[in-house]
Amino acid sequence: MVVFDRPHAMLDVPLHYCPGCTHGIIHRLVAEAIDELGIEGKTIGIAPVGCSVMAYDYFACDMIEAAHGRAPAVATGVKRADPENHIVFTYQGDGDLASIGMAETVHAAARNENITVIFINNAIYGMTGGQMAPTSLPGQVTQTSPYGRDPKLCGYPIKVFEMLSELEGPEYLERVTVNNAKNVRAAKKAIKKAFQNQIDGKGFSLIEVLSSCPTNWGMTPSAALKWIDEKMIPYYPLGVYKDRSAEKEAAK
Amino acid sequence: MSEKVLMKGNEAIAEAAIRAGCRHYFGYPITPQTEVAAYMAKVMPKIGGTFLQAESEIAAINMVYGVASCGLRVMTSSSSPGISLKGEGLSYLAGADLPALVVNVQRGGPGLGGIQPSQSDYFQATRGGGHGDYHMIVLAPASVQEMAELTVRGFELADKYRMTAMILADGTMGQMMEPVSLDFNVAPVPEKPWATTGTKMAREHNIINSLYLKPDELERGNFARYEKYAEVEANEARYEEYLTDDADIIIAAFGIAARVSRNAVNEARKQGIKVGLIRPITLWPFPKAPFKMAADHAKAFISVELSMGQMIEDVKLATECRVPVTLCNRAGGMIPSPAEVLAAIKKISEGGND
Amino acid sequence: MSTKQFLLSGFGGQGILFAGKLLAYKGLNAGKNVSWLPSYGPEMRGGTASCSVIISDEPVGSPIVSEPDILVAMNLPSLDRFESSVAPGGIIFADSTLIERKVERDDVTAYYVPATKMASDNNTPTLANMILMGKILKVLDDFDDESVTAALSKVISAKHADMLEVNKHAMQLGADFE
Repeated sequence: MVVFDRPHAMLDVPLHYCPGCTHGIIHRLVAEAIDELGIEGKTIGIAPVGCSVMAYDYFACDMIEAAHGRAPAVATGVKRADPENHIVFTYQGDGDLASIGMAETVHAAARNENITVIFINNAIYGMTGGQMAPTSLPGQVTQTSPYGRDPKLCGYPIKVFEMLSELEGPEYLERVTVNNAKNVRAAKKAIKKAFQNQIDGKGFSLIEVLSSCPTNWGMTPSAALKWIDEKMIPYYPLGVYKDRSAEKEAAK
Repeated sequence: MSEKVLMKGNEAIAEAAIRAGCRHYFGYPITPQTEVAAYMAKVMPKIGGTFLQAESEIAAINMVYGVASCGLRVMTSSSSPGISLKGEGLSYLAGADLPALVVNVQRGGPGLGGIQPSQSDYFQATRGGGHGDYHMIVLAPASVQEMAELTVRGFELADKYRMTAMILADGTMGQMMEPVSLDFNVAPVPEKPWATTGTKMAREHNIINSLYLKPDELERGNFARYEKYAEVEANEARYEEYLTDDADIIIAAFGIAARVSRNAVNEARKQGIKVGLIRPITLWPFPKAPFKMAADHAKAFISVELSMGQMIEDVKLATECRVPVTLCNRAGGMIPSPAEVLAAIKKISEGGND
Repeated sequence: MSTKQFLLSGFGGQGILFAGKLLAYKGLNAGKNVSWLPSYGPEMRGGTASCSVIISDEPVGSPIVSEPDILVAMNLPSLDRFESSVAPGGIIFADSTLIERKVERDDVTAYYVPATKMASDNNTPTLANMILMGKILKVLDDFDDESVTAALSKVISAKHADMLEVNKHAMQLGADFE
């Protein structure tokens, strides 16, 4: 009989996330990947500032809380402290990774820093109560874009992968989502590969996970999952944006 | 003692850091401290260390935070505008009780300012620099030899107290060459059971963190940190006294200002004026004791600074305002000459305690 | 007790800092206290470069030379700028190839050495600084083969050891110049 069990790399503590939030699923996928690869004892996670700010309480591996946006720089230090024995991941939201921490993201990618980055894109600042994010969609109503995001006033959303994939540095960029069982399975595969790449010394792997925020989107959880399909995926298409090893393989 | 070599202050810092066991350096180019980075870039790859030119000062200090979290000796260096950018990281290092060494080879400010020597980051260094209640241990070298020795000391103190130590130098100290002996003892690095080096599945996870959402918990942390600071204040204040025993006038000066003042003291003594010099070597903790004692017999203090007057506040506090304290200063990258300091001494000596 | 304060000044690229280092090492080798302080900043790339060197029996206080006992001026702007700062009784060495005027003060001793021309005639156009150094050390009665070689071997890296003799020869030319 299959028993639904908690991954070892996740601690048995209640999460603080809102009902219907997909952070819990993504935490679990990360923890499962760590379990399956047998790397918990050497993994050091970097938590961001944002909704997942307290992720350091949820993962069983060593954890570091970084300043807002600085997780890739902190991860760079941790990795370089002991490149042979440290497996390092950051877990960052859209404001953290694509707004205040954009420089750290781009340069860690350009250096092909051998780390794993999990990027939660829910198109909103959740922790502070629903302000416009760098990835909020045109027309999206938020607390700080109450008439809908107007690109003439506040610019267009940042498509992180469309930008990063132009760099020679990064090893692996894949955009996934977790709004249904099939997509969750694909997300798990991508996250695990992002850790495997690090184990294999291949370099910077970033998984963008389109995620929901029913609370700040003002929707029911199921409507929020549907909104990912209808609004987010057309703007942020799923798929592999870069896989350097696969490209090399194909070129042979 | 080993043979003395001529080294630039910036290079002496880099070499001393390596000898202190630092194998990780992160920085961003800025005058007048770039020789530290250049030296590290040359040497680190040859000894299995890491030199990384970061994308910004902000990234550099956060890379420092990462290595410090892992319990290794790590440093960054910059000059005034760059230190402002590192301010965020300095606050986080303090909040997470991480040891690290940060070097500020000061230049004139505010803003982009200039590139000539200055001491106008005294407030920033001794009062924290970033947000929140915290201190750094601030060391002020006045020779190339001290640039080296205080670098080693900085690492040791940082590890001992789990604090950031800052070398507060200036463009002159960074650029000048003097004979230096690099033959010094380095205390063993203490155990760091708190470091995030992987649980090896043998212990509970370690967390490096400065977030405490419960105010009572945050307050407890701050109180505990200030108990530690009290211990640092009691044990680690360092200073040098020069001809203070019989002095009517005491000059307070650190770094390059102390070197200039020493010339002025010598000249004034030749002219029969009883003047002495107290040179703080630690700016935080500020060496209050010698000032308090000197205030018993001295008639006046002069604070000689390359700023608009910052340390003078600590001199007034340490002397409990019992004796007048005047300022002799240049700013913006200008350095007072011994003649200017002598003039300030003579003015006081001739009765002008305005 | 003796303290000698040198101020060396010229165009960036004339080897002002190198010459200063030679003086500093010579002092260090003789067991003196020394300091060497360059001007720094954009002048590295062609403007005026200057360098303070102090050699003393006492610990060096301020490393900044504002009233030099010895001024070495390798171009006219340097002489114009620093002539008045030289201590009474001091010495000025001028590269007379590049400085056409004479020292105006009568309370200092002036030596004129066409160092740039001599360097060029000697097929070592970059060593005008060393020719001047030779002259300076000779005038200061501090020119001997052993100490010059020892100091040069400190400032010339092992990689360029072949340059040692060339530098020494340039210094000899300066020392012999009357």
